[in-house]
Amino acid sequence: MNDRATRLLLLASVFVIATCGLIYELIAGTLASYLLGDSVLQFSTVIGVYLFAMGVGSWLSGFVERGESRLFVQVQFLIGLIGGFSAAALFVLFTQVNAFRPVLYGLIFLIGTLVGLEIPLLLRILKDRLEFKDLVARVFTFDYIGALLASLLFPLVLVPHLGLVRSSFLFGMLNVAVGLLSARVLRLSGPWARATSVLGCGLFVLLFGGFLAADRFTSWSERNTYTDPIIHAVSSPYQRIVLTQGAGDLRLHLNGNLQFSSRDEYRYHESLVHPGLARLPMAKRVLVLGGGDGLAVREVLKHPGVEQVLLVDLDPAMTRLFTQLPLLTQLNLDALASDKVRVVNADAFTWLAEAKETFDFVVVDFPDPSNFSLGKLYSTAFYRRLRPVIAPGGAVVVQCTSPLVARRAFWCIDATLRDTGFQTRPYHVYVPSFGEWGFILASLESLPTDLSLPEGLRFLSASTLRGLFEFPPDMDRVDVDVNRLNNQALVRYFEEDWGKVR
Amino acid sequence: MKGSVAAAAVGVAGSWTGCRPAPPSIQGTIVGPNRELGHRLRDGGLPAPERFEQVDVVVVGGGVAGLAAARTLSRAGGLKLVQVELESEVGGNSGWGQTATTAYPWGAHYVPLPGREAVEVVRLFEELGVITGHDVAGRPVYREEFLCHDPEERLFLHGRWQEGLIPHLGVSSAERAEIDRFLARMQSLREAEGSDGRPLFAIPVDRSSTDATCRALDLEPFSAWLDREGFRTRPLRWYVDYCCRDDFGLTAAGVSAFAGLHYFAARGGEAANADASAVVTWPAGNGWLVQRLREGITGELHRGCAVHSVAAHEGRVRVSAFDADSGSAVGWDAAQVVLAVPMFVAARLLGAPGAGRGTGAVYPPWLVANLTVDQIPDGRGMGPAWDNVLFEGRGLGYVVATHQQLRAVTGESVLTYYLPLDHLSPADARREAVAWTWDQARDLVLHDLARAHPDIAARTRRLDIKIWGHGMICPVPGFLWHGDRHRWSKPLGNIHFAHSDLSGISLFEEAYTRGVTAAHAILGRGTLSA
Repeated sequence: MNDRATRLLLLASVFVIATCGLIYELIAGTLASYLLGDSVLQFSTVIGVYLFAMGVGSWLSGFVERGESRLFVQVQFLIGLIGGFSAAALFVLFTQVNAFRPVLYGLIFLIGTLVGLEIPLLLRILKDRLEFKDLVARVFTFDYIGALLASLLFPLVLVPHLGLVRSSFLFGMLNVAVGLLSARVLRLSGPWARATSVLGCGLFVLLFGGFLAADRFTSWSERNTYTDPIIHAVSSPYQRIVLTQGAGDLRLHLNGNLQFSSRDEYRYHESLVHPGLARLPMAKRVLVLGGGDGLAVREVLKHPGVEQVLLVDLDPAMTRLFTQLPLLTQLNLDALASDKVRVVNADAFTWLAEAKETFDFVVVDFPDPSNFSLGKLYSTAFYRRLRPVIAPGGAVVVQCTSPLVARRAFWCIDATLRDTGFQTRPYHVYVPSFGEWGFILASLESLPTDLSLPEGLRFLSASTLRGLFEFPPDMDRVDVDVNRLNNQALVRYFEEDWGKVR
Repeated sequence: MKGSVAAAAVGVAGSWTGCRPAPPSIQGTIVGPNRELGHRLRDGGLPAPERFEQVDVVVVGGGVAGLAAARTLSRAGGLKLVQVELESEVGGNSGWGQTATTAYPWGAHYVPLPGREAVEVVRLFEELGVITGHDVAGRPVYREEFLCHDPEERLFLHGRWQEGLIPHLGVSSAERAEIDRFLARMQSLREAEGSDGRPLFAIPVDRSSTDATCRALDLEPFSAWLDREGFRTRPLRWYVDYCCRDDFGLTAAGVSAFAGLHYFAARGGEAANADASAVVTWPAGNGWLVQRLREGITGELHRGCAVHSVAAHEGRVRVSAFDADSGSAVGWDAAQVVLAVPMFVAARLLGAPGAGRGTGAVYPPWLVANLTVDQIPDGRGMGPAWDNVLFEGRGLGYVVATHQQLRAVTGESVLTYYLPLDHLSPADARREAVAWTWDQARDLVLHDLARAHPDIAARTRRLDIKIWGHGMICPVPGFLWHGDRHRWSKPLGNIHFAHSDLSGISLFEEAYTRGVTAAHAILGRGTLSA
């Protein structure tokens, strides 16, 4: 290889090194912000420590008397290894060690020192091949261009498409590749040269393995989206189920969305079930669609007249969890294990199409209509399929998101039920962890107005009930479209209304 | 010193998992049509049957027209009826397939709400429960599950998905104004009637007004009309070309102005529970309709059976065929025959009496691919819709087979990708396409889709391809109103013709109406028994 090509390759490596160096810094800063919060503080301290460490590295380079080329390659490998594993290591260590900050800053200091060593070494390697003014000009040009590239790549490409863990492995691989290439370009000789290639290749494979296995780190990453410690997490084919527990507060999250907080879920579930069921003293058979947590079933079982409850929930992982985990069965009072209760894991829409039984009371407790698939479960087509399973004189209650935040969505569900031939009685309740929440009680025939609540309720009473059916002006009825499969009006209202508060 | 730029990343948020590992190998094959049997038919030399079974009616062809004829005859009752299909399955261009998860189309995949003129189709929809009743204003109520679920369409434009197929992302106000002017013009044409009181543009096409000025539009290319009317900007012209390719297989430069305007102005029936622009569709596409038509047929069905001659014989018609399964010749002696086959096939089956039939008809070839994917691909902007189109893409994009499913969970799906091969003349494109290996065709499909979905190869588990050598007839200038298609539609003695080719426009409504009309002509004659 001629001198010109060598020079060019070495300068190109400056560019790559600069990019890698800045990427590690950005990864550390971002990660610290994710894990520790207060991004201004984290980024300032990370940048400070990193730059200081680079200074230390540059100073240390003064003690290197000879063998710059060999050291340069070794430093490359080390940066590749440490930088490459840095994101993964920090995620793991965050959950394993008590003093996370010393680990974080130690790692940053180490990477910074090594990166600080590189440029002085490279300047010395190149000093005989270029005039001093050209040397300094070119090396710093490539250095700064690399920095620009890194700072653009990181937020626009790496974080959204690869994620932190993969990005760090990727740039580790790049560092090792530069090391391998420079070993060739600088014509390292002797037995060490051979060992270098083997070592470099081994490191590269290791980092590549890490790159492929990066998915494993998802679970670590979840820690910071939840305020309380995660006590149980499971992925089913349908959703990610996460339970967290803080001080006296057990919370269930599905795909990151809060489903209930044990502090106030009784408000939600009592309101979901009793205003309807307490009007039907003759009710014997109850159907619950969704609600695999068994909390609605718990409320249903408070009515001694109820003989059979059928729970249809899509996800066996949910119903299994709420049948087996003691913490959860304490909460749902072992409702799913009751002799009166039968659990079917099926898609509600499909199940309804084949349903032959009828029920005196139906509880429809689906997730909010936040996407087009879920929107179908609130359509005229769905309610038309629901009609035949309601026994004469029976009723159905539907959870209907927040009439305060998503006012149009709430009244859209009401309009859809009415369009399908139901009479409706909308009501709402305040659940602290959710906010103002809405339900619609619907029936094909008029329902009795007098009702008898079961014993032992914590929230509902004859006097609280009266207020629930009154809608203040800020969430009163609005004129909206009916939700059909072919217009999905509800999802559009829901997105727009919730979009305003997010 | 590097720190000077580091602050730029403060506050970056996102996930730290991203793309998937290297793509697994994709399975797949090039499937039918039965080219071997088709070519044996073309090249002659199939054995003649020794005996001819006496029957009332033979329907040759199991596409929509043939099924419509056979179903109408079956419902009349009392006839000995035989239907013969070359392929191993009926359906023709409305064919379909099935995976463990979903049915999917191999061709036609929707029907717009039928208008007032499409009485036969409206009646069929009532019979099949597609129309379930009428509201107080007399408008039909469609079965909601069959109406295309929202969101119907999205377009990939400037690196993002937008809702709807008419470009609006990055479209200038002048371009937008031209699009609006075009749409307003089409709306006025939709409402316009000729001096004979008929709509200017109707489906079926032969129920359009006979006004000479309107029919003269058939002589020039649609692109010439657009130029003359000042419709020139790129987003609009792409949209118009897209629509023409979608329905006819050629761009606006290849089809007649009448046909192009017909596309925009003839659609739109009304419904109590949907917009005029709504369509009905099923996971199997129009394969669902084919299955329902098939259920209504009581006659004998011979599949994988090549009819090679249809000839008048002593006041009756002799149909000679070759059954590929048994490897034997079969024959029928029928009082009446419905030839529900493309015109170029009819010409061959009839021999001398069929000479010249179908002259001037153009059939651009098509590539249809079905991609089994582990998840419907998403992308930036609007989420997946039923019809997903790439602006200035090579193909027409894809439809999602599971879109009409009611299950709340989305997972594996099948994407049906359509590509009219209009980069060469139809004959050259056909020659090129039939020579493609599966690898070549697969890469072509994946390459086109990768622009919107860089991960499409990794998402795809299976990719099957069908090359339709003679996809559908294309209404080139002059074909609709200035050729011989009306003469070819008339019966030849006891031989009746039913195929959308005779309409010059390949639509379900045209094929179905022609099948029913042929059956009615036979039933009107009365003397059927031998």
